[in-house]
This record gives sequence, C-alpha cells and structure tokens, in this order.
Amino acid sequence: MRRPDTDARPGRGRLALWHAAILAVLFAVWYGLTTPGIVDEAYANKIAFFFGRPLQVVKVVITWFTSGKIYPHLAITLWETLLAFAVGSALGLVIGLWLALSPTASAVAEPYITAMNAMPRVILAPIFAVWFGLGVLSKVALGVTLVFFIVFFNVYQGIKEVSPVVLANAQMLGASRRQLLRAIYLPSATSWVFSSLHTSVGMAFVGAVVGEYLGSAKGVGYLILQAEGVFDINTVIAGIVVLTIFALVLDFIVTKIEARLLVWRPRAAQTEPM
Amino acid sequence: MATLPRKAPGKDVAALAFERVSCAFAGKTPGERYTAVSDTSLSVAPGEFVSVVGPTGCGKSTLLNVAAGLLAPSSGRALVDGAPLEGINSRAGYMFQADALMPWRNAIDNVTAGLEFRGIPRGAAAAQAREWLARVGLVGFESRYPHQLSGGMRKRVALAQMLILDPEILLMDEPFSALDVQTRQLMENELLELWSANRKSVLFITHDLEEAIALSDRVVVLSAGPATHPIGEFHIDLPRPRDVAEIRLSPRFVELHEAIWRVLKDEVLKGYAQARH
Repeated sequence: MRRPDTDARPGRGRLALWHAAILAVLFAVWYGLTTPGIVDEAYANKIAFFFGRPLQVVKVVITWFTSGKIYPHLAITLWETLLAFAVGSALGLVIGLWLALSPTASAVAEPYITAMNAMPRVILAPIFAVWFGLGVLSKVALGVTLVFFIVFFNVYQGIKEVSPVVLANAQMLGASRRQLLRAIYLPSATSWVFSSLHTSVGMAFVGAVVGEYLGSAKGVGYLILQAEGVFDINTVIAGIVVLTIFALVLDFIVTKIEARLLVWRPRAAQTEPM
Repeated sequence: MATLPRKAPGKDVAALAFERVSCAFAGKTPGERYTAVSDTSLSVAPGEFVSVVGPTGCGKSTLLNVAAGLLAPSSGRALVDGAPLEGINSRAGYMFQADALMPWRNAIDNVTAGLEFRGIPRGAAAAQAREWLARVGLVGFESRYPHQLSGGMRKRVALAQMLILDPEILLMDEPFSALDVQTRQLMENELLELWSANRKSVLFITHDLEEAIALSDRVVVLSAGPATHPIGEFHIDLPRPRDVAEIRLSPRFVELHEAIWRVLKDEVLKGYAQARH
C-alpha cells in the first residue's frame, strides 16, 4: 500500500528534481519528433497526426480552463465518480457484512458472486444506457458494478480475518451480538475498505469515463469522444491529460483521508514528534 | 460493574468449579478425535488464587475457555457459585495470552468498552476508565493506540479493561508470558497488589512454575497432553503480602519449588518427547 511520506524524508527535493527531469525529457522528445525543421517535415506531420503536438495540447488545456468550457464536463465526471463510489461502497459493505456473517447466505450466493466478478463488466455499459438513458445514471451504474466487487471482497475478507482473540475478549466484556457487529466487525471491515480506497475510487472514475465515452452528452469522456470523431488528436490528448491530473488529485485526496482515518494503524518504525 | 446483584456465596460453595470436565476435538482426519482435557475436577474458592501449571500444549487454555463459557465441554460441567454455567460467564473477566485489545480504539476507549456494552453513559465510563488507567500506571497514555504502547503497557490496559467491570472471577491465560523478566515481575507485583485490595477468585494459567508459586495460594499440576488431568495439588503457605522477586529467595519457596518440580518434571519430559514426534 502506498503511504504518504513524511516531510522529513531526506532526498525529497532531489526526487522531485528527477520527476521533473523525466517529464521534461519526455516533452522534449515529443516536441522534437513533431516539429518540422528538427525532424523531416513529412515525418513530423505523420507523427503529429498520431501523437499530437505538445504545444497545441497545452493550448487546448489552457483554453478549456480559461474559457471555462471544461468545468461543467469535469463537474459531471466528478459527480458520477462520487455517486458510483458512494453507492458501490455502501452496497459492498452491507452485502459483504451480511454474507460474511451468514454462512448459509454466503454458500447460496457464492457461485453468482464469482460469475459476476468474472464477467467483464464494461460490457454492461450498453445495457445500462438502455436502462438508464445517456445521462448520469448509466455511468453511475457502470461505476457501481466496478466498485462493488472491490469493496465487497475486502469487507468479506475483513470480517473473516477478525482476530478470534479480540472477538472473544469483546464477548467476555459483555458485548451482545449487535454490539459485536458495531464494535468489532464494522471497524475491522471499514479498515479493509479504506485500504482498498485507492483502487475503488480509481474504478469509480474508470466507470464514469468509460460510460461517457460509450455514449453521453456531457463529461470529459464525451469531449474525448467528440474530438476523436474529427481526428482532433490534440484535443483527445488534452482530455487524457486533464483526466490524468484529475485522477492524481483524487488519489491525493484519498491519501489524506486515509491517513486521517487510519491513525490507529501501526506503521513501520514510527517515531513520535518531540 | 457494581450494579449487578451479587449472591453471597456460602463458605463451602466454590466460586468456580469444574466437575469431571472432558474436552474432545475433531482430529485432522474425519472420525479422529483428540482429547485435550480428560475428566478434570478442580475448584477455586471465593477469594482464592489458584495457578495451574503444566507442560506446553497440555490443554490449559482449553480449561480456561470452558470456565469463560467460550467453549462447551464435551462432558462434565463448569459451575459458577454453585450454578451450572451456560453461555458466556458474565461473572468472570478474562485476560488473554495474545493481545486482545481493539487496535482501532485508543487506550481509554479500550478500557471503557465493557462499560459501554453495559450501556453506561460515556462521561461516567470515561471518568472510571481514567481512574483505572491511573491505577495501572498509565496516566498520560489515554489517547495512545495499542500499537503505540509497549507490550507491558498493553497488558496494563488489558488488566484495566478487565478490572473496571469488577468481575468476581479472574481467568488469566499466561498473561505475562510475552513480557521480559523485569516487566513481568513488576506486573506480577501489581496484580498481587490489586488482587489483595479486593480479593477475587483467580484461576491463573502458566507454564512458569516460579510465577505460579510466587502468586498463588494453591498450585495445581496438570499432566502432559493428550487427555490432560490434574496430577498434583500444592498449598502455598508463603506469607502475604509478597514481593515476587524477593520471595523466590526464601527457603520455603525453594522447598515448594523442588516438591512441585518433582511432579512436573516427568510431565514436561513427556510433553517434550511428544512435541518432537
């Protein structure tokens, strides 16, 4: 699992320098290969047709943000991501708890869960479009099917791996079955949900963008789809860049939330600030 | 908890008794049975400190789980204040060998857990827990999570967690075995101090004979497994209050140690031979 690094980590500045250097080299190579004069003009134009031109891409991104054209699309994609994440997590938590605590239900449901998990769920997108239309709902539904299984399996595992000693101790302290659920099973399961937070937020995002790409009237995926239709490769790449930055921001937020909620988790060689 | 009505047990009624308890488990292959404990009768008088010693893997913990009500015996029964035990033993507190604190709760929330389960308001519970943490020497550590505490501190929290409910019977399963010798002796002295302030019946399981003698009124020796049963019983007539480190040097302690070790030694060797197979 990734951990937010503490500020005191030595060599942090140098690491950032490396990151920036690699990025700069990539841009330089890209720029060089697509600029007539540096490379033969015919080749440069061919490469640019497939990969776009970095300055054009940057220009598209800047225009999107300065003209404000991107905001409604970003807002829609974010909204779909959040809804898919919330609904998928809630369903995964409830059903995971239920199946983990009821052996009969879990035995009955097992082959179906396995089958649904094995199915490539992106294939459901056209069906969801028919059921829920081209609006937000069909994207949320796709994201939910992706998020649900991650959370479900984590909760299921979390419940199964509750320490028997901690459980017996709570029983000896007088916990009823209901109190065991609240004081032992739920915290234990949620800690597993949080440890899968990066993956499940990522999946919710994938669901939203893929859903938009397959049919929509709004969203960053829709922008990419439109640009692709007219072979405007610069805009396609600009869309991908925006999505990537967006995903990084989401990941950063998740890391912050995780660090706050899982303070009780032991970390390797943790020292106390003096 | 002080609110629970208490029966005043007669002098002759044991606080905790095993009546011909046997525990068999399913073996690795179907049809195979492994008898952990066989035909064991044992009792703990009110306010008595009884230690059970025996070789590793002899089913000591099984016996304790029966007393706690976590495990139903295959035959025989456990009695609490003369009444047969059914379900969890609500008069007993249990201190486990392994870490049993909830890792997602800090020290004070771990100590209040039992009160919380009984529906005692948060404020009152927290006040009591602070008192208990002070009593086990953990002032200032209230908001630490278990992983931020040392092994000894975690045991202190577990002790406070158990004692805050004021149980009549304490079941302790090698609670200090994971601690280093110095911390261990400190904890043993603290346990004796807490115990003598408010005499509870204690069933203390250990594989350490010295610990057993230093703490107890009576030491029961179990045979090597399988089919463990008591094979010897010794009254420890050392004066109280005791200091566990000092008492080990007294001549009477050495005498008792020799006598009990004579009985225990053969069993330890048997257990060792079995473990090697």
